[in-house]
Amino acid sequence: MLAVQIKPEEEIVSLIASKMLFIFECLGCRDVHYPVETAHELIDSLQEQVVDRVTVDYLCHREFVQEYIQAYAEQIEKAQAILVFSCGVGVQVVSALLEDRRVYTGCDTIHLNGFQGLTAKEYNCEQCGECYLNYTGGICPIALCAKHLLNGPCGGSQQGKCEIDPETPCVWQQIVDRLVSLGQGQTLEKLGAPKNWNVSPAP
Amino acid sequence: MSAVVGEPIGGAMKTKSNLERVLETGHFAVTGELGPPQSADPEVIRRKARILKGHVDAVNVTDGQTAVVRMASWAACMIGKEEGLDHIVQMTCRDRNRIALQMDILGIGALGLNNLLCLTGDHQKFGDHPTAKGVYDVDSIQLIKIVKDMRDDRKLQCGGEIPVAPRLFIGAAENPFADPFEFRVPRLAKKVTAGADFIQTQIVYNVDKFAEWMKGVRDRGLHERVKILAGVAPIKSMGAARYMKTRVPGMDVPDSVIERLQGVTKEQVSREGIKLCVDIINQVREIEGVAGVHVMAIEWEEIVPEIVETAGLMPRPRFDQ
Repeated sequence: MLAVQIKPEEEIVSLIASKMLFIFECLGCRDVHYPVETAHELIDSLQEQVVDRVTVDYLCHREFVQEYIQAYAEQIEKAQAILVFSCGVGVQVVSALLEDRRVYTGCDTIHLNGFQGLTAKEYNCEQCGECYLNYTGGICPIALCAKHLLNGPCGGSQQGKCEIDPETPCVWQQIVDRLVSLGQGQTLEKLGAPKNWNVSPAP
Repeated sequence: MSAVVGEPIGGAMKTKSNLERVLETGHFAVTGELGPPQSADPEVIRRKARILKGHVDAVNVTDGQTAVVRMASWAACMIGKEEGLDHIVQMTCRDRNRIALQMDILGIGALGLNNLLCLTGDHQKFGDHPTAKGVYDVDSIQLIKIVKDMRDDRKLQCGGEIPVAPRLFIGAAENPFADPFEFRVPRLAKKVTAGADFIQTQIVYNVDKFAEWMKGVRDRGLHERVKILAGVAPIKSMGAARYMKTRVPGMDVPDSVIERLQGVTKEQVSREGIKLCVDIINQVREIEGVAGVHVMAIEWEEIVPEIVETAGLMPRPRFDQ
């Protein structure tokens, strides 16, 4: 996990409402910057909605996470949404492994000078400080769209490919497919507001 | 130049735009397009402006189209304005952050330019400076909202107040032929919600697909909230047709178009291309909810008067100023 801070409680509650939750928490890079107490206060406040929770070292490690998902299959099945406390890489790994489930993040990943963490090369996190994965089905347009669109796809998306390179997938096509298959197509109509590109690095 | 800015606009008109007036009075609108030069030569623009004048209601000037360095859109628009054109300034998010965008919007309003088309922009990789840093601080939909908030609420994106607001008729583009097709109507809806007054579409060669998209537009009632101008363009040569079919992102050139052009002699291809363009204008005009056409004949501006005349779209409406 890269450095993170916990999102405001209202933002998380507005997304998960009264859904029953399965929680993944990553402690892989806890010594770097993970506000454990704030996270746990939030998790405790959601106690009545939590089916179960699991703490994993390095949620960015796909095979490792796959094993946890198998071990907790029954509890995950009972939950209506998955809430992840990790950096953007961990959220993308869980979203990809549980692509038919609604996966939300409770964290914003922030940049920490001199620290790149341990991250899987398949998933990228720009550590932008204002995580957008809750509105894109766990697929990151900041890291993966050539124009960083928050209201994509642009007019250059063709047959699932990006206009800049026929080998590059259009990430907004993937986002549309994921959200539609999750029954969350309506999320795509939300106007993404101009982003804060200057979130302070971790202290 | 007698630009008067900041005064209240009477009636239903939001701006002094000729295009807005043409659309609001229920006429089928015709817009044209002018590519500014890769030089500081104003004569190129004056020459093209004189060709287009009287045949179209407003003229777009591209903003670094295909990410190639050309004269700034607003500057070229000022030259065309001296020739009597109502211009549509194009503005992309590729080269400017929200600070620069808003500075230009204020300047465009102060200069008495009336229309602004908000675009994300072609990626810099396609242009003559492929190693440039793309900006993309905001995207086209966010830009539309920024312009609307500046015009209607006198607010900057940061919330700061503007004593004299820019009076701009707000345009946006939409490509019915890009993927995923089923998201193209919802994306148009986002642009309307953000504040677009008019839409110019990608060039239509696949009329059936365009009609299908328009059905989706009508099903949501969007044609009643925004004026939709269908993009059309004459094809000059077989090479141009094949290039558009295979190389231009987001273009849909059906085989039937290629076959039609192949059915005539090489010398007759451009003539057939003009006929095809007129046919497409006549077809899209019949589609409910289409409020006009946007004729894109970049570097072939001299053909626009013939196309507009042949399509029966002359004379253009004129209003007393």
